[in-house]
Amino acid sequence: MMQRYQREISVAAAILALAAVLALAAPGFFTLQNQTDLLLTNMPALIVALGMTLVILAGQIDISAGSVFAICSVAAGEFAKLGLPTPVAAVAACAMGAAFGALNGALVAYVRIPSIVVTLAAMVALRDGLRWVTQGAWVQNLPPNFQWFGLSQSASQAVTFSCTVLLVAGMAWGLRNLAAGRAVYATGSNRNAARLAGIHPALVTFSVFVIAGTLTGFAALLNSVRFNQIPSNAGMGLELKAIAAVVVGGTVVTGGKGTILGTLLGLILLGIIGPALTFLGVSAYWERAIQGVIILAAVTVDAVRARSARYAGIHEGSRA
Amino acid sequence: MASEFGGTGGERQTKPALNNFATITMLRNMPRNPLFEATCITKSYSGLCALSGVSFELREGEVHALIGENGAGKSTLIKIITGAVTADSGTLAVGGHIVPHNSPNISRALGIAAIYQQPSLFPHLTVAENIALAAESGSVWRRVDWKARASLAAELLSRIGATLPPETLVESLSMPEQQIVEIAKALGSNAKILIMDEPTASLSDREVESLFRVVALLRSQGVGIVYISHRLPEISAIADRVTVLRDGQTIATRDMRDVDRAELIRLMVGRELSAVFPKREVPIGETVLDVRGLGSRAAGVRDISFELRRGEILGLAGLVGSGRTQLAETLFGLTPADTGAVEIGGQVVRIQSPAGAIGLGIGYVPEDRRQHGVVLEMPITVNVSLANLRAVSRAGLISDARECSLARQYIGQLRIKTRSPYAEAGSLSGGNQQKVALARWLAIRPTVLILDEPTQGVDVGSKSEIHRLMCDLAEAGLAIIMISSELPEILGMSDRIAVMHGGTIAGFLSRKEATQQNILSLAMGQAPK
Repeated sequence: MMQRYQREISVAAAILALAAVLALAAPGFFTLQNQTDLLLTNMPALIVALGMTLVILAGQIDISAGSVFAICSVAAGEFAKLGLPTPVAAVAACAMGAAFGALNGALVAYVRIPSIVVTLAAMVALRDGLRWVTQGAWVQNLPPNFQWFGLSQSASQAVTFSCTVLLVAGMAWGLRNLAAGRAVYATGSNRNAARLAGIHPALVTFSVFVIAGTLTGFAALLNSVRFNQIPSNAGMGLELKAIAAVVVGGTVVTGGKGTILGTLLGLILLGIIGPALTFLGVSAYWERAIQGVIILAAVTVDAVRARSARYAGIHEGSRA
Repeated sequence: MASEFGGTGGERQTKPALNNFATITMLRNMPRNPLFEATCITKSYSGLCALSGVSFELREGEVHALIGENGAGKSTLIKIITGAVTADSGTLAVGGHIVPHNSPNISRALGIAAIYQQPSLFPHLTVAENIALAAESGSVWRRVDWKARASLAAELLSRIGATLPPETLVESLSMPEQQIVEIAKALGSNAKILIMDEPTASLSDREVESLFRVVALLRSQGVGIVYISHRLPEISAIADRVTVLRDGQTIATRDMRDVDRAELIRLMVGRELSAVFPKREVPIGETVLDVRGLGSRAAGVRDISFELRRGEILGLAGLVGSGRTQLAETLFGLTPADTGAVEIGGQVVRIQSPAGAIGLGIGYVPEDRRQHGVVLEMPITVNVSLANLRAVSRAGLISDARECSLARQYIGQLRIKTRSPYAEAGSLSGGNQQKVALARWLAIRPTVLILDEPTQGVDVGSKSEIHRLMCDLAEAGLAIIMISSELPEILGMSDRIAVMHGGTIAGFLSRKEATQQNILSLAMGQAPK
């Protein structure tokens, strides 16, 4: 058990250690207000990271998430301004994310273009396409029933929070307990063996992109309702944040191995570093550098462990 | 010759004692100098003996065929000659000079070149560049002389009578044209010794003819050619001499004139039936699988017809490249058939995908278990249930308890040695990994099970256990197709044997009539007497 969840345990330990330092040096970090802000700021990234976990587990990558996020944000706002009821606008935003996911997924799974190339093209094209359409203008004068879903601020925050919790729990459970989840792991781990076992790797690949796109749309929606205007450059660097969380959480970049719990912990660790630095009085410019060091440490540990596991495997094999 | 290699050798090689046929034949007619001699070569891989005391000699301007069954040691000998692996003992001599430490670079400098069944060319570079890359020398900062490259390529191509434009991209060439480029490339590095490993495997009859013209031309220019092939008619057409390997030993070297094909086959077989095969007689039941005229262009198999009965083990024999695995992949829906019909249990079925095959009760334990069989990073439980998740699920949810008990059942039944059902498959030994792969397919409760090289790379103990299991399964009514390159295994385990050659079944042999000799005759394209 300890060995199987080694990464999750060590990331959790790092989070606790950081929390302990903060508790001693800057107790102000733990005020309710600060914690709520922190949660709400990171929720979109967490939801995107859930989709990213699926994509990476299946052996692919999606670097267009940030651009899709921006388009869905703007689209949600524009739909609301057209007078569509908020639930319809919400569904439309998710559908838009799904459509872009389907486009990426179809190119990767059926045309067999490497996912890094497909999503790089999508990242650039969608981002600049949006800039061209909006001329850089932000979406303003949103209808009153759009912000906070027309609810009170705290009620809306509760909705956001519970949606996220449900998604995290649902994904973690589904990956573990549904045959579909098994298919994702099998495809990412050994495509040939998966195919022989009657799994359709192309369909799995297509599906994870669609799910990831839908989740990105949903994250964009949850983020948009928090403000009275929507920036057309939303989600810059979001894909990197999500990928970093997935990798720090112990998911193997080549696929087949990783958990949702790991991604959650990875995102928490990376998410609290910036605010923690502020509270500790360290220049916030260090945030990215420290995040980089954490990512590097995580992948180095993975590489070293993979090598020693292979070594152990060989030896066990020769004994038996 | 000698001065050319003066830098690498040193002393003259002393002639080995006249202890084998090869030497005697050599002394009988010594018209030409030996270009190359390998003497008493031995090589073992982690305790397993691949070559023991092999001697081989190649003369100027001869085509010397090297033949033997799968696993006789041909590939290992080639690897030692080209320096890819180092022999444990024995000597290599080129032009009469001993080569103390061979390596790929040294062997190339000595004029040894090999071309393989699959050309190893750079597809995105031109013919001229591919040829020049092997021939040119100098530092990485030298200036590339494009004109010289083109004229060198044209000259080498014309030497073998080929008319390929040197500026063509290699990816646009056909397979035989690519082989021509390989040969030109080999000549470019001044090869005096050319090793051709199954060069005709992917060629049509017409293409074979033009390849043979090139070979004849090279022979007349004094190049020595080591020619490896599974096709006896070809060998009698092109070879001057032939050396037969069996179980890592030189069995004989003969003049092609003095030997007929039946004799060659007799020399190639004769492996000891040392392993114990616990084949039990099992009542054979009704027909479960009926294949008629099956073919798949993509897989390269055609006109396959056979019946398979309950409790029967059908051995599928044939040499490497004869289409055994391709037939299995066609039956399993990986490369769906485009002609013919398959009946399972009396129903005509179409198998379009592995999922479809699994649904029809066909299981397939593939050859390369690391690549296609077990998922090494995943626990045994997941590996066992992967092809039949329905059996361990309730209402679409995978039940941990059921999955674990399924794994435990097969760990017990197949005696898989492991600490826990949750251990990663990659942590098990080869034999136990193979049992995990087998367990996955037994878990779908198949009616037909295809086993591709089920005991390849497993230790002797696990091997006989897998054989015992196969008998148990046949007794329980399973119909088994077993592909194996080991003739003793085929002879020991099969109720009936289908021998493949050139993508189709060349003939069937009953358990009673099968011998190593008549299997090999069929496998090499000879009708048995």
